[in-house]
Amino acid sequence: MTTETVEAPRSARTARRSTNWEKWGWIFMRASGVVLIVLIFGHLFVNLVAGDGVHAIDFAFVAGKWAAPFWQWWDFAMLVLALIHGSNGMRTIVNDYANNPLLRRVLKGALLVSTIVLIVLGTLVIFTFDPCPTGGDPALLPSFCGAQ
Amino acid sequence: MPDTTAGSVAAQPAGSPAVPRVPAPRRRPAGTVYRGREGMWSWVLHRITGTAIYFFLLVHILDTALVRLSPSAYNAVIDTYKTPIMGLGETALVAAIVLHAFNGLRIILVDFWSFATRHQRALFWVVVALWVVTMAGFVPEQFAHVFGGAS
Repeated sequence: MTTETVEAPRSARTARRSTNWEKWGWIFMRASGVVLIVLIFGHLFVNLVAGDGVHAIDFAFVAGKWAAPFWQWWDFAMLVLALIHGSNGMRTIVNDYANNPLLRRVLKGALLVSTIVLIVLGTLVIFTFDPCPTGGDPALLPSFCGAQ
Repeated sequence: MPDTTAGSVAAQPAGSPAVPRVPAPRRRPAGTVYRGREGMWSWVLHRITGTAIYFFLLVHILDTALVRLSPSAYNAVIDTYKTPIMGLGETALVAAIVLHAFNGLRIILVDFWSFATRHQRALFWVVVALWVVTMAGFVPEQFAHVFGGAS
C-alpha cells in the first residue's frame, strides 16, 4: 500500500524559476542610458545652449515649456529614468564598497526611499503645475497669463 | 608544475627554510581587465561622474519643485545658477554628463559587439575625442552666456 511511484525525471526538483532582477537591472541600465542621452542632451541644449542659455531660465520659462504636454512628458521621462538609473548605479557602488551589512542596508534603504519620494514629488510638480498661480507677481508670470 | 597557491604553502611546516615561497606580486600588475590602463580609468571615471551627476539630480529635482511653491521662490533659487561660480559648476556638470554618456555607449558596444570588446582601449580614446569635440562646442556658448554680460 505504501508503494511510491517516482515520476520521471527521477531527480530533485530543479530550483523554482524566479525573476532574475539583476539581469533586468543590467538591461535597464543600458536601455535607459541610451534614452537618457537623447533626453538629457536635448534638455541641456534647450536650457543651457539655445538663446540666452541659463540666463533665460525663470518661472515664466518653465511655465512656457510645461504649457506643452510634449515637454511635460519629456521631463517626466527624464525624471523617472534618470532617478532609477542613478539610484541603481549608486546601489552598485554601495554593494561594492559598503562592507558592513547594516550600513549597506541603511544606504540602500535611503536610496530606495529618496528615489520613491522624488519620483512622486517630481511627477506631482510636473502634472499639477499651475502656470498662472493666483497671487503670483504678474511680472514673474508667463505672458499668456494676462489673457485670462 | 610547482604548486604555489596560498593553500598549499599554508599546509607546509612553518619556519622551514625549504618552504617554497609565494612569489611576490609584481609591482605593476598588467594584463588583466581592470588593472590600470584605459579599461580601469574609464571605469573609475564612469563611477565618479555617475555619482556626481546623481547628487546634482537630487538637488535639481528639489529646486525645480519650487515652481509649485511660488514664482518668486523659484526665481530666487534659479538666479543662483546664473552666477559665474555656478556657471563653472554647470560646465563641470556638462563635462561629467558628456563623458558618462559617451563612455556608457562604449560599455554597451563592448558588451554586445566582439570587435568593440577587442578594441575597448582604443574606444576609450574615441570617447575622449568625442568629449573634447562636444566640450569645444559647449564651453564657448556657456562662457558667453555666463561671462558675456547677457542677462
